[in-house]
Amino acid sequence: MAVTALEGDAGPDVDRTSLKTKLRRAERVNRVRSFSLVAPLLLFVLAVFALPIGLMLVRSVENTEVRETMPRTIAALDGWDGQATPGEDVFAAFAEDLVQTQKERTTALVGKRINYEVPGARSRFLKAGRLIDAGGGGPWGEKFIASDPEWGSVEFWAIMKRAGNTLTPYYLLTSLDLRQDAEGAISRNAPDQSIFIDIFIRTIWISLLVTLATLVLGYPVAHLLAILPPARANVLMILVLLPFTTSILVRTTAWIVLLQSNGVLNDILLALNLTTERVQLIFNRFGTVLAMTHIQLPFTILPIYSVMKSIPASHLRAARSLGAGPLTAFVSVYMPQTLPGVGAGCLLTFILSLGYYITPALVGGPQDQMVSYFVALYTNREMNWGQASALGAILLLITLALYALFNRVVGIDKVKLG
Amino acid sequence: MKLPVSASESFVEFAGVQKSYDGEVLVVKDLSLRIRRGEFLTMLGPSGSGKTTTLMMLAGFETPTSGDIMLDGARIDSLPPEKRNIGMVFQNYALFPHMSVAQNVGYPLKVRGRPKAEITERVAKALDMVHLGSFAARMPGQLSGGQQQRVALARALVFEPKLVLMDEPLGALDKQLREHMQMEIRHLHERLGITVVYVTHDQSEALTMSDRVAVFNAGIIQQVAPPAELYESPANSFVAQFIGENNRLPGRIEAANGTLCSVVLANGDVVTATLTDAARVGEECLLSIRPERVKIAPPGGPLDNHFEAVVAEMIYLGDHVRVRCVLDSGADMVVKIGNVEDRPVFAVGSRIPLGWRAQDCRALDAA
Repeated sequence: MAVTALEGDAGPDVDRTSLKTKLRRAERVNRVRSFSLVAPLLLFVLAVFALPIGLMLVRSVENTEVRETMPRTIAALDGWDGQATPGEDVFAAFAEDLVQTQKERTTALVGKRINYEVPGARSRFLKAGRLIDAGGGGPWGEKFIASDPEWGSVEFWAIMKRAGNTLTPYYLLTSLDLRQDAEGAISRNAPDQSIFIDIFIRTIWISLLVTLATLVLGYPVAHLLAILPPARANVLMILVLLPFTTSILVRTTAWIVLLQSNGVLNDILLALNLTTERVQLIFNRFGTVLAMTHIQLPFTILPIYSVMKSIPASHLRAARSLGAGPLTAFVSVYMPQTLPGVGAGCLLTFILSLGYYITPALVGGPQDQMVSYFVALYTNREMNWGQASALGAILLLITLALYALFNRVVGIDKVKLG
Repeated sequence: MKLPVSASESFVEFAGVQKSYDGEVLVVKDLSLRIRRGEFLTMLGPSGSGKTTTLMMLAGFETPTSGDIMLDGARIDSLPPEKRNIGMVFQNYALFPHMSVAQNVGYPLKVRGRPKAEITERVAKALDMVHLGSFAARMPGQLSGGQQQRVALARALVFEPKLVLMDEPLGALDKQLREHMQMEIRHLHERLGITVVYVTHDQSEALTMSDRVAVFNAGIIQQVAPPAELYESPANSFVAQFIGENNRLPGRIEAANGTLCSVVLANGDVVTATLTDAARVGEECLLSIRPERVKIAPPGGPLDNHFEAVVAEMIYLGDHVRVRCVLDSGADMVVKIGNVEDRPVFAVGSRIPLGWRAQDCRALDAA
């Protein structure tokens, strides 16, 4: 400083900049080194986690089938005013597209996409395909309408035109039991087609039940783990962690063995004369919650345990010496201090439960299937990836919303995982 | 053991108390101790000596394996801690981190179901007492160690217990703050007239604060005495060694003459010393002399013992200088010289004359 003061007023400022540059240069090596250590995991996470989620979110609104397979029809529909049955130009373009799709065997694909919004559209497309295969020429409008009067429907062509957009809200709306009519107005789906809201509510409800069950069962275990002498606590800890060494599939199947009508538990109940007939313990809500609780218990216990471990034993003693009975001391001094762990454990279990698939699929009844089951259904059986993605996107949204709510009410900074 | 406090004076009494955790080793062996009402009694001892266990039995967190504990004339063995009405300050304060300072201090009143207005008033008074009146709304985490200590103190005093237990309450504070808090606790004790049982392993803390100190070792009380007596007339070599600095000369008691005795050192030198209950004529003993009682004095003065020693080391400590020298018997002897302007300076290896009084030199057990 003494030297810079001699150099005049500009001295310190110049020095400060050069100091910053020097600092940056000195830190750069460290930054590069630490980044290169993190980079493999970062790339891995980006590739197998962030990217698939991004693609899934895109797929839930993506709508390219019709535009790609029937480009001429969509172009012709651009000029259509939507007031009356489209003119011959549209039908001619449609016929030309159909020639192409018949060749490429993609007629059924377009039919399936339109079928989502117009029931019976798939077979109509296939029939139109056969009409094209039969050969001959126009005018196509009369020919199509003659084969099926629905080809003249204004509503159908409005939906066809909308299906030509690259983005569609259709899958997301359907996931929320909503539909968009030909005019674009959004309304509730017919009750017999409204299943998804119920499934979301069911998913959240089952997750809540499981979270509550793990908390009620796990809290005393965590407390015991925290207060037992180390030798015995270690044995108990191994018992708590033991389920982790067995695959979820095996554990779930074990529950089937135990709980089925001819299973061990029913045999015992009968032998003890506790029941006169075999009780349905599995393939219902009870079995689902039971098996899920079993799997989730360690996830709830461990964060609570690690927080309990950090609470000094002297706190309870202090409370007792100050005049509080054992129960009062526990409730007013010990329990509030475990809340960060309870919050972490419950949040972990709840969010993991939201995504359960294999366990409800194996030990649940039809009324116990959760969102993931339908995601799998649409992915594997229906081949409707748009719908699967939309369900996934909404589940992700619900999870984030609940997380935000939790953050507002409890504060995520107060949560301790360990 | 004789009990210097009579049964009628006694407020807290341990009568033949034993404690074992595993059924094999006694942590506290046959403890008998009476504590006066309003007394500041310190339990002093190395770790594992049974002092904290004794305190925990008094607080109700441990049950005696045998023997009785009486509080104010009534047996409290079967009373749970919350019914004993004993205030307690813990080693790490044990403030509840999820409660504010005011809630912490108000806790004992709240669990006793006192009305809100009374709680507010008494909490304010208790916080004023420890000079933390303006900290009521803070959380414990926002306080310094010394402030947390005061909150713990206020919390243990707010419900006006007759007896307050303190388990190494100043252990986590730095030296300066600790000395300040020692005086503050001492003054609070005088002002409130409460009985305090204080546990520490810091002998200077025990000496500065207490009316009486009970020195624990290996589950047994070695000596219960006021600080001055403890320092100047230690009952055995453990107490002499544990309290303050101590020169130890091993020897054998040859003869006794009233309170005095002559002790022969390894090289045949004879020391005149005070005979204590801990040693017997004809047996090995350990002579104990405080460094500040050893004088650098040529023979011919009023001192009972005169020997020469070789200076091994001079250690400068600011207010005094410690001269470590070796007696002809081979025993080390540390001499404290006040740092006055004309203090002598010795060369290492030079021989100097030492001397001490018989009454400052106590013949204790050889253990």
